[in-house]
Amino acid sequence: MTEPDANPLEYAPAPESATVAALRERYRPFIDGEFTDGTGAVFSSVNPATGEPLAEITGSAESDVDRAVAAADEAFRRRWAAISGTDRAKYLFRIARLLQERSRELAVLETLDTGKPVRQATEFDLPNAAAWFLHYAGWADKLDHAGFGPSPEPLGVTGQVIPSNFPLLLLAQRVAPALACGSTVVVKPAERTPLTALVFGELCEQAGIPPGTVNILPGDSGTGASLLAHRGVRHAVFTGSTEVGERVRRGLAGRGKRVTSELGGNGVNIVFADAAPEEAVRGVIEGAFFNQGRVRCAGSRLLVEESAAEEFVARLRDSMAELRVGDPMDRNTDVGALGSTAEVERLSELVERGVAEGASRWTVPATLPRRGDFMAPTLLTDVQQSMSVARTEIFGPVLSVLTFRTAREAVTKADNTPYGLAAGVWSEKGSRALWTARGLRTGVVWANTFHRFDPTAPFGGRGESGNGHVGGAAGLEAYLDV
Amino acid sequence: MSEDEARVSTRKRVTVPKTYKLYVGGSFARSESGRVVAVADADGTFRANAAKASRKDLRDAVAAARKAFGGWSGASAHNRGQVLFRVAEMLEGTRDRFTSEVAATEGLSATEAERAVDTAVDRMFWYAGWTDKLGVLRGGVGQVSGPYTVHSTPEPVGVVGVVAPRRSSLLGLVSVLAPVLAAGNSAVVLVDTELAVPAVSMCEAMATSDVPGGVVNVLTGDPAELISRLASHSDVDALDPGGADESLRGELEETAAGSVKRVLDAPLVEPDWSTAPGTGRLRAFTELKTVWHPLGE
Repeated sequence: MTEPDANPLEYAPAPESATVAALRERYRPFIDGEFTDGTGAVFSSVNPATGEPLAEITGSAESDVDRAVAAADEAFRRRWAAISGTDRAKYLFRIARLLQERSRELAVLETLDTGKPVRQATEFDLPNAAAWFLHYAGWADKLDHAGFGPSPEPLGVTGQVIPSNFPLLLLAQRVAPALACGSTVVVKPAERTPLTALVFGELCEQAGIPPGTVNILPGDSGTGASLLAHRGVRHAVFTGSTEVGERVRRGLAGRGKRVTSELGGNGVNIVFADAAPEEAVRGVIEGAFFNQGRVRCAGSRLLVEESAAEEFVARLRDSMAELRVGDPMDRNTDVGALGSTAEVERLSELVERGVAEGASRWTVPATLPRRGDFMAPTLLTDVQQSMSVARTEIFGPVLSVLTFRTAREAVTKADNTPYGLAAGVWSEKGSRALWTARGLRTGVVWANTFHRFDPTAPFGGRGESGNGHVGGAAGLEAYLDV
Repeated sequence: MSEDEARVSTRKRVTVPKTYKLYVGGSFARSESGRVVAVADADGTFRANAAKASRKDLRDAVAAARKAFGGWSGASAHNRGQVLFRVAEMLEGTRDRFTSEVAATEGLSATEAERAVDTAVDRMFWYAGWTDKLGVLRGGVGQVSGPYTVHSTPEPVGVVGVVAPRRSSLLGLVSVLAPVLAAGNSAVVLVDTELAVPAVSMCEAMATSDVPGGVVNVLTGDPAELISRLASHSDVDALDPGGADESLRGELEETAAGSVKRVLDAPLVEPDWSTAPGTGRLRAFTELKTVWHPLGE
């Protein structure tokens, strides 16, 4: 512990209280409007920041998947699609309000379960989850005006597999448009982070949503696979890594299902010499380390114009050194815990391989907590395009630096990946920033900003980053038979 | 008039036959494999030996489509529209020829064939008008919370592999090809040799109407032989499996999963191509790009 007067600008810890999360001993699947004991194996959810178990969860077996899909089908045919769009809108609105009202509880629960900083869960994950429901509530009775022709029909039962990096927000982004369109859902949250999804079931109950409209099945990847492959599921939505996504798609081929996959990325920040340096540094850091870099649209590659590279990297290092890494429950924390020990090992190996291939490593001089799955933000310079760190999806707090000479070269290097999710461009010259934005083969370009999300702005990938969109009218398309 | 002279004047004229070739990179060429398939009209009369494309032809066609993609997708939407309107003009100008070819190929009456050709011309015309309206269809402005200007614009997917319909030679082909082109993509189309005659004539309309070489590539042959190559080719960005046999669909979707190709959710049974299309095909072969920029003094 530092003496208070050793550095008067040192932050004192500002811990959030874990009791706010109202943790229960046991969480259960939510099927047909009721929490019932699943017949699958019991597993526990672990706090990655401490390694301590948080709660026990009854998993879902094949028979639970059958029951949930049957309930969703029944709800689709008899209740949810049959009620008026305005009534559906009001249910979505109720969910949005409930999310807002229980925002602090859910933010803390999300932090405990994921290891993300509580400030981020409070200021980003929860408000956005509520905003998504509010936005799509408005669409439920305006589908005729969404640009898909008159009276677009819902597809039917949607099976959704949600990843562990933004458990509740990604659920909201996928469940809200599905419900707005009149589809019913069966959600399989990530095995490691099921808690907020299960509390979401409670919100649905409180909102009075017809039973079977929303079903939540905690379980492992096997549960997810049997859900998506279930013959009662008309639309399979998978969000996760490209590797698993390809396997899922292969497994579902020829079954007459619609498959929406929202997969990985290998995002880039392009910094021109004329960029506003402070903003660009801040943006690059946010791009690479927001949510511990566990964002599929993270800017894990930095492409900086050669003439400005040395100075920019020096500034970057100075600012990175200010990042506070550690206890996610401390409101001052910038970078929290990774999802699991395996994640830390995978990333360490990736960095080692980069160094072996010729990259230079620099790590934020942070004292990491003794327990838990932490990794200090890492900067790799002297990275070449051929190195594995520059080619694979990072999904962690590792930033690789490459350089370029011309805008054309920057675009070519940025696009030299099978992924195509997001990119950032930094230049004070509007025409250059927008020219670069147009040239990039990505679904999203943040010009002079990064990691901005809004329910009114479509977000989605190209190429191997998947084929789905969330946000705006575009976010409805996947759930409609159009 | 002598008897001999009378015989000569009533004798049917000996026609000059057309050679039916592949259309790749803007040129008409025989298959590198040298293979051909005899094509008969619906009544069994021999019509021609159509080229039977090989895997090598397919690779060449994809390479040509990729090469042409930059120019076509980079052209202004207005310009692409002009080119496609010109295609409609060319189809209209050779309406009679198409009518007889469609009638012979599909075994339709003259009236039925005429209706199919007219609809095909109108469909090309309809899609031509879409090129500079995709921004209205798919794009828009995000009314985000915060000091940002956000706009989403449609962009073409890239190279689209198309398995042409089997139930309708010209109208089916135009109905699946026109939206791919209108959205700014380049195309590699597999056509069953049985339907080669109107398909090759359509390629001639493309070749004479300012469509840059390589934007449209048509391979006649046995689609079943080439489909899996089309689905697995890493330089093909999207697939319309509509004309593929139901038994091949599963394998196609599985192969396409490898590079996360976009696969059109095409019905197993071909639709009635004479009904007016919606915008689904335009949307299916369009990507969306959302660009954010902050506002500040």
